[in-house]
Amino acid sequence: MNAPPIPGAPAAERTAGEAGVGGGLAGVRASLAEQWRERTGGADARMLPQARLSGPMPWVMAIMIALTVIAAASGLALRNTAHAASADLAGGVTVQILSAAPADRARQVAAALTALRTAPGVAQAAAVPQDQLNALIEPWLGTRPGDDLEALPIPALIDVRLSAGAGAQQIAQLRRLLAPVAPSARVDAQASWLSPVFGAIGALQVLAATLIALLAAATAAAVLLAVRNALGSNRVTIEIIHMLGGTDSQIARIFQRGVAADAAAGGIVGLGLGIVAIALLRRSFVALESGMVAGGGLGWIDWLLILLVPLGGLALAVLTARLTVLRALRRML
Amino acid sequence: MNQSDAEIVQFDNVGLRYGTGKEVLTDISFTLYPGSFYFLTGASGAGKTSLLKLLYLSQRPSRGLIRMFGTDAITLPRDRLPGFRRRLGVVFQDFRLVQDLSAFDNVALPLRVAGVSEKDILRPVSDMLDWVGLGDRRHARPATLSGGEQQRVAIARAVIGRPDMLVADEPTGNVDPDMAFKLLRLFEAMNRLGTTVVVATHDVHLIQKVPESLIMRLDKGRLSDPTGALRYPPRRAAMGTRPRGTTK
Repeated sequence: MNAPPIPGAPAAERTAGEAGVGGGLAGVRASLAEQWRERTGGADARMLPQARLSGPMPWVMAIMIALTVIAAASGLALRNTAHAASADLAGGVTVQILSAAPADRARQVAAALTALRTAPGVAQAAAVPQDQLNALIEPWLGTRPGDDLEALPIPALIDVRLSAGAGAQQIAQLRRLLAPVAPSARVDAQASWLSPVFGAIGALQVLAATLIALLAAATAAAVLLAVRNALGSNRVTIEIIHMLGGTDSQIARIFQRGVAADAAAGGIVGLGLGIVAIALLRRSFVALESGMVAGGGLGWIDWLLILLVPLGGLALAVLTARLTVLRALRRML
Repeated sequence: MNQSDAEIVQFDNVGLRYGTGKEVLTDISFTLYPGSFYFLTGASGAGKTSLLKLLYLSQRPSRGLIRMFGTDAITLPRDRLPGFRRRLGVVFQDFRLVQDLSAFDNVALPLRVAGVSEKDILRPVSDMLDWVGLGDRRHARPATLSGGEQQRVAIARAVIGRPDMLVADEPTGNVDPDMAFKLLRLFEAMNRLGTTVVVATHDVHLIQKVPESLIMRLDKGRLSDPTGALRYPPRRAAMGTRPRGTTK
């Protein structure tokens, strides 16, 4: 009978002496690849075949990531919309000349323009042309042949741009300036008309952020349940690895790799679905031809943030898996 | 020689009960020395497997003291257990092979757990599989192996890391007499290299094949000592055949 091949020892020592045999660049490359695999947990993966979770896990991740991408894109677009609108309106002031008599209205407009153009802090002041006013009221009053819209006592409008913001103090100064020369003038900051809209946009942004947080929590919960399920079905194997001296971290890495693979696959699909949805939404909003919506496009930084969503989902899933596994293993001897 | 330096395992008044049941092991006290070969015998239900569980650190005792490799194993922090377990080779009665891994990967498992690189794994694992007669079944999954083949894979896995102590629960129960003898030779060869071997078995013929072995017998959870295994120095040493690995 042959002598038993007493193992062990030898493994490391024996091959240390053989290392030079393969030598050369190929050997160095193989050695580096081996070290890399071992540092990144590749060696752990050979303890168990890839610990895939349950079948639907990548699809759950895909749905979560797609919804998060849509929520993030919506939040960013709303933020851009608000920024663009508030930048447009930041120094905007509308002066209405309310006098009913056309001649007096024209005189007050001219006097107000003269006063405004020489006033400090006013960058620009221009009367809104009558045809533009007519166009503005046309949807409400309509036009028929023979109608003389100019005979209507419609207020004249002066569009004013202040070099600084249109705060309450600046508005009060303008009112004092115009009171002597245009007593029927009414001065309003343009931003104040849209403050309810800005409020609604802010609320929608909060909603988008809340949705993202809830989706992150739901993703973590889904991973937690899947990992617990996988832990249960692999309990015997985990006990064996423990008995052979496997550490909790080694076992956790096996599950992390499984979760990472599922999350990566789900993330790619989810990102694709999300981008398609964003493109369709964008097309719908562009069709509105609204000036305000036009300011709500996504910039390259926004797209970069959206591309980070699947990476964030991946990190969250892996972290959740690690913490779940380590916590469960602490209950085992 | 300092006694505590020589011992590899020391049990002192150890008792074990599962839950609130009665004790399955009672007042177990013994010392295992490096390089010794022990058989643990006893009727079914005597507590052999429970004692082995304590030996391979799968169970903590309900009372008493256990020292392994010079350290209190009961208060051992959990994060130090893997280091201790890597010094043990265990053959489970039910084999406990990983069903998703091939025979080769099962045998390689202890080396991978210990962080041995792949290039250092291939040859010893292949040699070991050849030796246990499974060289041509290296890619087979456990489910496709017979009971005897699974047992050989389990034994190969237990010895591949050349442990300080080998604990085997009925390791030859499913193999033919020739293979049983061959596996016993493997245990003896490891024992000669300093590995302490503890084999739980019913097989009297197996015990007779290792005349230098010491026997511990369990009867209803209590340990008896037919060959002086529990004495210090063990009777065999007193007769001039000291346990291997001990020095004067």
